[in-house]
Amino acid sequence: MPSRGMVAMICLIIGEAAIFSMFILAYIYYTGRSLSGPTPAILSAPVFNTICLLSSSFTIVFAERAIDRGKMRTFGVLWAITIGLGLEFLAGTAKEWYELIYHDGLTVSTNLFGTTFYSLVGLHATHVILGMIMLSVVLVLTLQGRVNQSHSERIKVLALYWHFVDWVWVAVFTVVYLVGK
Amino acid sequence: MADQTFPVPGPLETERTGGNAAFLEWMHSWIVTVDHKKLGILYIAYALLFMVVGGAEILVVRIQLALPWSGIVSPGVYNQLFTMHGTTMVFLMGMPILFGMGNYLVPLMIGARDMAFPRLNALSFWLTAFGGFMLYFSYIGGFGLYGMGNAPDVGWFAYAPLTSLKISPGHNTDYWALSLIVAGFGTLGTAINIVATVISMRCKGMTLTRMPLFVWLMFITSALTLVTITPLTAAQIMLEIDRYLGGHFFDAAAGGAPLLWIHLFWIFGHPEVYVLVLPAFGVANEVIPVFSRKAIFGYSAMVMASVGIGFVSLSVWAHHMFTVGMSAFSNSFFVLSTEVVGIFTGIKIFNWIATMWGGRIQFRVPMLFCTAFLFQMLIAGLTGIMLSVAPWDWQLHNSYFLIAHFHYVLLGAIVTCVFAAFYYWYPKAIGRMMSERLGKWHFWLFLLGFHMTFDIMHIVGLDGMPRSIYTYPADRGWLWMNVIITIGAFIQAIAVLIFVWNLIWSARHGEIAGNDPWDAWTLEWASPSPPPAYNFAIEPVVRSRRPLWDIKHPNDPDWKYEP
Repeated sequence: MPSRGMVAMICLIIGEAAIFSMFILAYIYYTGRSLSGPTPAILSAPVFNTICLLSSSFTIVFAERAIDRGKMRTFGVLWAITIGLGLEFLAGTAKEWYELIYHDGLTVSTNLFGTTFYSLVGLHATHVILGMIMLSVVLVLTLQGRVNQSHSERIKVLALYWHFVDWVWVAVFTVVYLVGK
Repeated sequence: MADQTFPVPGPLETERTGGNAAFLEWMHSWIVTVDHKKLGILYIAYALLFMVVGGAEILVVRIQLALPWSGIVSPGVYNQLFTMHGTTMVFLMGMPILFGMGNYLVPLMIGARDMAFPRLNALSFWLTAFGGFMLYFSYIGGFGLYGMGNAPDVGWFAYAPLTSLKISPGHNTDYWALSLIVAGFGTLGTAINIVATVISMRCKGMTLTRMPLFVWLMFITSALTLVTITPLTAAQIMLEIDRYLGGHFFDAAAGGAPLLWIHLFWIFGHPEVYVLVLPAFGVANEVIPVFSRKAIFGYSAMVMASVGIGFVSLSVWAHHMFTVGMSAFSNSFFVLSTEVVGIFTGIKIFNWIATMWGGRIQFRVPMLFCTAFLFQMLIAGLTGIMLSVAPWDWQLHNSYFLIAHFHYVLLGAIVTCVFAAFYYWYPKAIGRMMSERLGKWHFWLFLLGFHMTFDIMHIVGLDGMPRSIYTYPADRGWLWMNVIITIGAFIQAIAVLIFVWNLIWSARHGEIAGNDPWDAWTLEWASPSPPPAYNFAIEPVVRSRRPLWDIKHPNDPDWKYEP
């Protein structure tokens, strides 16, 4: 029988994917329909951020391999790097939003572009934050020495969520910064 | 009655003594429980509570509509009543009662000790429960910033721009959206749990092609729920962004499109119908063979038709929207995809009839309900095909014909099967049979009331009476029909009261059921009634689709003939 944790996480990801699809649908549907205010032309693609987030998917894979082999020190280091890359992504988003709000005057209530942009990117950022909280719990437990090889199954379930958060960003990035501009 | 005690002989629950402390302990055990059977019963009790509440609401609506200009309630209260009736019956009654049955039965039927995630199961139930209580809290808490509003009054589909802050000030619409988001997370949790249970927790020998069809249908329903309830959650998050953060998703003045809400709502709303009806089909799949004394006809065709319905149901939503003015291509696509559903449902009805054909049919109460279900599902399907034809829909959209059609599905098919399920599985859950005499009263009164109400409703709809209207002029010729509809509604209410009384009475005075009162074939009848906390003392081993048949007929087991 397949692992129930994995099955459940795949189900959750299918459900989450449906939520993201609706927000992406709304974003595409409303592209270019704003009656006033800033347009997507003011956006600049956060390439460095994206590289960081996608790299974290690789570091977490190496972390999974490390825990499979019982190398807990390597696991901890790779896990911490993953969290660091995620934090960098959040910091980059915060900086981007700060500039959009204070320099370009774009908020969620400014126009349709603002509404759809902040909700879609914000939905993703919310998922990153949730992921960061869960990854940090694992890091704290690892530092306390309470995570070992027998937890590799659970770690993989959590990592699967993180992969989803990373790769759904590819869809969001494509729609918001490449197609929608 | 075969006396099957495999694998646990007799009830193992310890007897509890009386007294106040014992009562508190008993309450506590229900609140902190993670047992799938107790949670299933909690779901069902919760749903029955809201069935009575939602039913009472619609009775007031029917009194209001019985006579023209009756003025029993004010227009504002009227809007709240039909909004709360729809929301209650779909989200607080329909989904919990079916997921409650799934919760109770799926682990038993696949020979598991519990769901895959017992604690997630408890969390899901309490989320659903608090969602429902929050919705009803709106009656006292929904006054809002302007002292206006009370319960939600925007219709159960809450079309934009009616839900915008300008048109619906106060907090009642927020209660509607937020409570459904909360209940939606609960539903999502249960759906994940059932899928994981079916995939990962089956007992030895229980391959996918040997699973009872009820389990198959719960599995498909749950998988469908994953992509059904989440678009609604997304739409409601958008609505709350509009209402609280000043967003413009559905704000036409800023270029937004109320049409988007309609799309998002029905992307949820149509698969939702199948989320509700598939478990009901599952009940019929279990009851009809047992009372026809024959194995189900066309097992694999049943599974394939169900999976087919699941997939096709995701691409039919805009048949609710023919009147918004779509392109001819879109109209044609949604007409055709909708009619494909009819093919799959036809396969199922054919198979049920073929199962009954030549069987020694025993018309016990569950079978009575399932027989009525067959006829009513057929009519519901036929009016559905009629409404799926776009020009016909343009004429009858949002008329009482539509109301009659979907109540034929919801009551005539789903609730009828839910009643069948109660009479069929009550002995397993409680250990005593439900009264056949009261059950027959319930059945015949409900059938009479149902047909009085909803058959006539088709005609009044064809005559042009629109849905959701507060009242109507006396000279339209709708008067006598509305009187009959209202009388029928009250007969149904009496039938439901008899049913509730039967539930209570039989728990004390019913005949002792034993493990297997129906001489049935699926695994839940192998455990004692009611089953102990761990269901099965040893893991059952299954060799065919009817494991208990194999035990009862060692000389002629099913596994000799099954592929």
